[in-house]
Amino acid sequence: MSVRHALLALLSEGPKYGLQLREEFEARTGEVWPLNVGQVYTTLQRLERDGLVAALDGENAEEPGPQKAFRITPAGDEELGDWLRVPSDMSAPPRDELVMKILIAARVPGTDVHEVIQAHRTYLVQLMQEWTRLKEDDDGSDVAFALVMDAELFRLDSVVRWLDAADGRLRRAAADGWTPARTPPTIPALARRRRMGVVR
Amino acid sequence: MSVLELRSISKVYGKGAAEVQAVRDISLSVPAGTMVAVMGPSGSGKSTLLTIAGTLEEPTSGAVLVNGRDVAAMSGGAKARVRRRAIGYVFQDFNLLPGLTAAENVSLPLELDGMSARRAHLAGIKALEDLGLGDRASRFPDELSGGERQRVAIARAVVGERSLLLADEPSGALDSVNGEAVMRLIHTYCKRGTAAVVVTHDAQLASWADRVVFLRDGRLVDQTVPPAGPESLLEQPS
Repeated sequence: MSVRHALLALLSEGPKYGLQLREEFEARTGEVWPLNVGQVYTTLQRLERDGLVAALDGENAEEPGPQKAFRITPAGDEELGDWLRVPSDMSAPPRDELVMKILIAARVPGTDVHEVIQAHRTYLVQLMQEWTRLKEDDDGSDVAFALVMDAELFRLDSVVRWLDAADGRLRRAAADGWTPARTPPTIPALARRRRMGVVR
Repeated sequence: MSVLELRSISKVYGKGAAEVQAVRDISLSVPAGTMVAVMGPSGSGKSTLLTIAGTLEEPTSGAVLVNGRDVAAMSGGAKARVRRRAIGYVFQDFNLLPGLTAAENVSLPLELDGMSARRAHLAGIKALEDLGLGDRASRFPDELSGGERQRVAIARAVVGERSLLLADEPSGALDSVNGEAVMRLIHTYCKRGTAAVVVTHDAQLASWADRVVFLRDGRLVDQTVPPAGPESLLEQPS
C-alpha cells in the first residue's frame, strides 16, 4: 500500500495539516489500516524533498508537527495521476509461501499433501468468517469499509479456490499414476517459465 | 437441545461391486440459532447429507433426530408432519411453481398442512413483507428477478415458523451481491432462533455460517472453530 500516494490524494482536495491527514486516511480506508502519525510526517518530509508537496506559507510554516500545513504541487498532481492510471506490476507471480508449501508437501515422503491443503483451507475459511462477522452489523453506509472487506474476502477466497483446484489436480494426477519425483521439466519448458518470471 | 442431530450416519447406495458409500459415519449437531455450512468437492456427500437431514432419505445406519425426536421411530404420517412443519428447504434453482403467484407459492405449504386458505394467505403475505417483497406478492415467478425469486423461496422455507432450514447451494444461480443478500437473510433467521444447514462450494458464502464443516469422500474431515471475534483482525502491530 502506498501511503505516499494516499497522502497526495488527500492533499489534492486542498491543503491539510499532518494530523488531519492521518485521520482522513484512516476514515477513507475503513479504519482497517491504522497509520502512525510519525509515518505521516516522515512521508510528508520526503514528498516535500521531492517537490511533490510544499509547506503552506504562514505564521507556523517553520514549525514542524501538527501546526504545519501542506499543499500538493503540480508535480505532485502529475505523480498522483500517473500512479492511479498505471497498473501495478503483477506480471511476475510473487513467491507465495503457501504455493511453496503445497509444492513441497507434494514431494516430502510421509506427508499427506491433502491434509496440508485442508489445514490451510480451514484456516482461511475461519479467517473469512471473522471478516464476514464485521459485515453482519454493517448497514452498507460506510462504502470504503465495505470495499476493503470485499477486497480481503475476495483475496482469501481466491486462495481457497486455488487450494481446491490444487487438491483436485493432485488427486487426478495420482490416479493417473503421477509421482512427484519423476519427469523433471525439459530445457525449453524451463526457458519459457523463466521468461514468465515463474522461475528466477 | 439441538434442532438437528445426526448420529454416526452412513449411507450406501447399490450393492456388491456397484456399491457406493456416499456418507460415512458423520455426526453433526445443529443447535437453535446456529448456521452450519457444509463444504466439499462434487461427490463428497454434501447433498446426500442434506437429504438425510431433511428426512427425504433414510440413512443406511445411524440416527437422525429433529427437535430431539428420532425420525426412524416415527410413523409415516408423523415424519411427513415434521417435513411440513419443522423443516424448510431452499434449492439452487428456487423450485417455485410457475403457475402460482409469489404469495401462493409461500402459502402453499401451510395450506397443504391443513391451514385455511385465508390464514395461509395472510401468513404468506407477512413472510414476503418480512423479506421486503410485499409489493411482489401477486407477481408470478417469471415476473421476478433471480434474487427476488430466491427470496420468495426463502419466505416459503421459513413460513409457519419452522425450526430447521436446509439449503442446497441457495445462491448458486445468483451473482455475488444477490448471493450475499441470500446468506444475510438466512443468517438473520438463524439469529432469531432458526437452525440452518447450508451446502455450498463457495467459501465467501460459507463464511456467513457459525461453523463450517468440510466433507471429503463422504467423511467429515475438518471443521472451523468459532471465530475469535472480529476485533482481532483490526489489531495491527504498530
